[in-house]
This record gives sequence, structure tokens and C-alpha cells, in this order.
Amino acid sequence: MSFNGNGLQDIEGKVLGSERLSFADGVRLFREANPLQLSTWANLVRQRLHPDDLVTFVIGRNINYTNVCWVRCKFCSFYRLPGAEGGYVLPREEIFRKIEELLALGGTEILIQGGLNPVLKIDYFEELFRAIKARVPIHIHGLSPAEIIYLAKISDLDERECLVRLKAAGLDSIPGAGAEMLVDEVREQIAPYKDSAAAWLSLMRTAHQLGIPSTVTMMYGSVETVEQRVEHLVKVRGLQEETGGFRAFIPWSFQPEGTHLPNVKRASGLDYLRTVAVSRLMLDNIPNIQASWLTQGPKIGQIALQYGVNDMGSTVIEENVVTAKGAVFMIPLAEIERLIRDAGLRPARRNTRYEILDVA
Amino acid sequence: MRTMLDQLRRAGLDAIHDKLQDSRRLDFEDGMRLYRTPDLTAVGTLANLVRERRSGARTYYVRNLHVNYTNICNKLCKFCSFYTPPNNPDARGYVLSPEDAVARVAQYSGEPIREIHMVAGINPKLPYQYYLDLVAAVKAARPDAQIKAFTMIELAQIARVARRPLEEILPELKAAGLAACPGGGAEVFSDRVHEELFRAKLDNEGWFEVARAVHAAGIPSNATLLYGHIESQEEKVQHLLHIRELQDETHGFMCFVPLAFDPSNTELAHLPATTGYANLREIAIARLLLDNFPHVKAFWIMITPPVAQMALWYGADDIDGTVNHYEITHALGTSSHRQVMSTPELLDLISEAGREPVERDALYNEIPAEPTLSERARTGQA
Repeated sequence: MSFNGNGLQDIEGKVLGSERLSFADGVRLFREANPLQLSTWANLVRQRLHPDDLVTFVIGRNINYTNVCWVRCKFCSFYRLPGAEGGYVLPREEIFRKIEELLALGGTEILIQGGLNPVLKIDYFEELFRAIKARVPIHIHGLSPAEIIYLAKISDLDERECLVRLKAAGLDSIPGAGAEMLVDEVREQIAPYKDSAAAWLSLMRTAHQLGIPSTVTMMYGSVETVEQRVEHLVKVRGLQEETGGFRAFIPWSFQPEGTHLPNVKRASGLDYLRTVAVSRLMLDNIPNIQASWLTQGPKIGQIALQYGVNDMGSTVIEENVVTAKGAVFMIPLAEIERLIRDAGLRPARRNTRYEILDVA
Repeated sequence: MRTMLDQLRRAGLDAIHDKLQDSRRLDFEDGMRLYRTPDLTAVGTLANLVRERRSGARTYYVRNLHVNYTNICNKLCKFCSFYTPPNNPDARGYVLSPEDAVARVAQYSGEPIREIHMVAGINPKLPYQYYLDLVAAVKAARPDAQIKAFTMIELAQIARVARRPLEEILPELKAAGLAACPGGGAEVFSDRVHEELFRAKLDNEGWFEVARAVHAAGIPSNATLLYGHIESQEEKVQHLLHIRELQDETHGFMCFVPLAFDPSNTELAHLPATTGYANLREIAIARLLLDNFPHVKAFWIMITPPVAQMALWYGADDIDGTVNHYEITHALGTSSHRQVMSTPELLDLISEAGREPVERDALYNEIPAEPTLSERARTGQA
């Protein structure tokens, strides 16, 4: 690839004119645009959507309530099969303790995620969410579509009913995890037991219709092609056009270490920045693009602020799913703020609804 | 491209763009403007214009090996975690004899090493003959590799222990096998920073005098800037302009290498590490101000491989090399702290960025790529 970028005037014209980019445009951006072009155009779009130059973050923590899961995704090194040694379900006291710690640090969001554990049915989550909400007014961002689809199934509920009950119990929003690549040929290779792309999108559609917003991720850098990455972006954009329920898009790279796909080469920082920028350009209807510090580290994470990123996500206190893979980067809040300022931008704390709480 | 010009105008860099279009030289104020703008992409875009004008897509790399012959040093620089002092060396203190150095080099006998990079501490106990023997022994062990050794600081010390002027000893070192000098020890040409961080070291004017003598002896060198500690933007611009002036005079510099300060285990450990922005910005500004330097290097050991790869679009046309056996600092921000890259990894990194890898020797002579098997078959070579 030479990225000479000379034939991209039509795409540049669309970016300047705020016109929607096509599937073919996305593929050409990946294949032909050089990093400086991508940065220039993605920056333009970021500034158009966020003219105040604020870069936001939320103080939150992950609570991985169980690691028991039967899905056997090849890219995961976190799970334990049901009955296997090392499987756990966090006791409720432990969950409360984690929340108290977070509140003491000024946190506003808990991200509750785990595995597909056959013994945890709807009543477990209803009781847990109600107990949390009865104690503290924390935002519950939890349960990925895969968890909810499975939960509905083992609880003999349809998905809508399941979501209605979760919402009534206190679920505020849904993380966009498990989207991986919303392309079945890729899903069959990396996560054959996971739901189809259509099932993932359908669950999100229902959630958005019920007033439960979400984020959406993309795990790139495993076995997919550039065309499949763009297909993912186009599908996400299509659903957003319908529901408006996605608050942020979060691309992150597959971490091959310790997984069942050990021969995949880890995607480069350049590939990350390119993917972030093309996402910013393609997803004209999603307001926020979130950085993935955990997988990219502070240097590339900061440079991403010139490639379309306007949000640093959660200042994660712990992330068992990634750290189980031998990764990676823990960055204190003060350092995140320093990196944002060093990039000439202004750090601001937000809540999960992306409302600004204070400008640091 | 329309957006580029708009962006440069918004960043207040259009006047600099005009100068570059007319190949006019940038001045101090231009340098300050480049440091002050938050628009890193605009700075990178300008630097890339110059980079591509000079080198096109070519990106130089070298198969190299480092020999740090001693860590005993009497300069006590506050930014250094490598040294141990001569009067009271700790258990880490060592000196490699010429034989030890040869043994080190022999570990790489199967590899087509082109450059042997030798720098070390200022160890007052080493006599002049040691340096001659070291160079000659390593050269004899690897006649196919070029020796790039001794910073200006070390050369001043070598002249001191030889009790002879540099003009006399440089031809002797050259005859022993010295092909080029690295650019280290320049730090920041500011009396304030010199006083504060490295007062025992050769002063700024001294560095220039040694560099002049080296270039006059027909030995090319590099130049560096150590950034990310207590230096100001003004001091960095002054540093670059000083170096540019000297290059106008001698034309002896091959490559400029911005060196990112690593505070860990130094007396300045309270300082934060350099950011990705800073790493790219220093490379870009060096490329823009140093219009008389053929090359600007992204030293991946200090800025991490991902940032070095990006730097190939922000002004750098050299990525150093395989860097076997480097011991001075440790790469920051990488989970593995790896210190060596294989040649295929380097080639991948350059090609993935859409750049064209070119193998070089220490003097930037291009090494013709070995034909692939299919090319050999086509040209009928055995």
C-alpha cells in the first residue's frame, strides 16, 4: 500500500459538505488515504460535532460479576466453563464494596458485565439491580446483548419482556460489547457460539425502542477484511439512523495473546488510528468516538485525539477481561487529564449520558 | 488538498507553508509558532511535505549492534540512569576490554550487521590507547561493519587523556576504523539547562568545537536534542537553530535525532514521561527547521515502535534499526519492554505505514536489497 491519497478529492468534498460516505468510500479510505489525510478529515468532523474542544471521560469501574461462561470465544482468556476450576460469582457484599470504593473516588458509573452463566436468571439481576439502586444512585451500565439474549432464553422470556424487567429493576444503559464484527462470516470464525450479527442488532434495536440507550464497539484486527470492517460500520450507522440509541462508538483491537487465535499478529497503532478515523468519518450520526487506552496505551491513545476521538471512556479501575489476556495499560486520572491538555484540548468529566459534570 | 490549506490557515501556519513552498528558511518565530499550535496534524503535514520532497517514501533502517563499553562516568548528569560514578562505583560498574567487546560482537557473527554503535560513560581511568585498541579490535572482528562511535563528550575526554589536540587524534581513530560519530551528548544547548542538569559535562561551545574538528577530519556525525525534562520551547528552537548554523558551516551532519527523555530511575524521576504528541511534534519541528539536514530519525527504542511508525508521516525518514544489545534506556509505554526488533519486523512496520524500506550503512549508503527467489529466477541468477 502506498496511501498516495491523490484520488480522494470526491471523498474530501463529501467530508467538507457533510455528506454521507458510502461503503465504497469507507473501503477507499482504509486502502488509499494516508494518515495525515485521515487525521485532517476526522479532526474536522470531531470539531464540527464538538466545537468546544472538550475531551470527556467518566469515572467508573467494571464489575465482572461472573467469569463462568460456556460460549468459548476464541479471543477470550477470561472465561471458565461451568463447573471448571476458578469459576466465580461475586458475592453481593463484594459488589457493594466495589461500588462504595467507586463512590469515594467520585465515580458515577458501574459497568456490570460477566459471562453467560447458566445459573444466573432474571431474578438474580432484578434483585441485584434493585439492591444497588436502593442503596446508591449510581448509573448501571450493564449486560451486553449476548448476556441479555441468553438471560431471556434461560428465564423463558422474550427479549423485550426481559429488557422491560431489567429496566424496571434499574438497568440504565447497555454497553456495546460483543458486537465484535457484525459480519457472520467473521463471527463464525472467532466466536461460533455467539449470536448472529442480526441477533445482536435486533436486541439493541429493542433496547433503544424501550428507552435504554447503549454504546457500540468493534473488535477489529482478528481475521476480518477491510470490507468487513466497513460493513460493520455501515450496519451500525443503519441502526442508528433508525433508533438514535447509540451514544458512542468504541473500536478496539483484538489482543491475540493467550487466546485461541495465537497466530494473528497484533494490529499496529497505525491501524488503530486509521480505524478510529474511518469510523469517525463513516459514523456521521453517532456523536462520540471513544478511545481504547487499555489496548493502545497512553501514547497512541493520546494521538487518537487527532484522529477523531473525543472521549476517553471510563477511567477503569479494573478490567478483568483485558487484564486476563496479559494486557496492559492502567492510567491514573491525573495522567489522562495531562495527556488531554498536552494535546491542546480540555478535559471534562461527564456522566454516562454524556452530560458534562465539570470541566477540569 | 483544500482541507489542508484551510487547516494550515486556521492553525496560523500558512505563512510557514508559503516559506516552504519557496524553499525559504524558517526563523525563530516560525519555530515558536510550530511549538505553540495545538494542531499536531498541521505541523505533521508541513513536515511531511519536506520529508517527501527530500526522501519520497524512502525510509532508512540499519542492521546495527550497540556496544556500551563502560558505564563508569564522572559527569553525574541528573537525567541519566545508566552511569555509576568512578570514585565509588556500585556493583553494576564495568569496563569492556577490547577482547570483551570483540566477544560481544562475535555473538552476532551470523548476522549482516552494518553498523556498530559504541558509546559509553566518561571513565577517567581509560587511557588513549584503550580507545584505539577498542576500535581496531572491533573493526578487525567485523570488517564488513562500520563503526559509529564516541559522542563529542567522549572525544573531548579522549583528547584530554591523550594530551594531544583533537586534530591529531581524530585521524588516528579514523585509521583504526572509526567511520562516523553519533550525535549524543548535545542535550540542550542552553546555559541554564547545562548548569542545572549536566554541569560537569563539556559546555555547549565545547560540543560545537569538537563537532567542527570531527567534521574537518572527514568524519560525519549526527546531532541530537534531549527533550522532555526542564527545557523550554524557546531553548529547543535555539538549539535547532544553533545546530543548523553549524551544519551550514561544516555540512558534516547526516541525521538529526530528537531523544525523548526517560525520567525513570533518574534524579528527575518525578517528571512525567514524554507524550505521543511530544514525540511526533519534536520530529516534525526538527524536520522543518533543519533544512540542511539530510535525515531525521525516529528512535523507536525511546518513543515506542507504534509512535516511531507514525513518525514516518511526521517528518522522519529514518527509524534506526534492529538495535541489538542497547543498554542506555528502556522503552517506555510498551508492555513488554522489548529492546530488539528483527529485520522482518522492521520491514513490516515500515511497509505497513505505506513507506519504502531502504537498508543503509552507518554513512547512509544504500545497501541493495537482496533479490528475492522469484526475482532470481526471473533474471536467471543462480
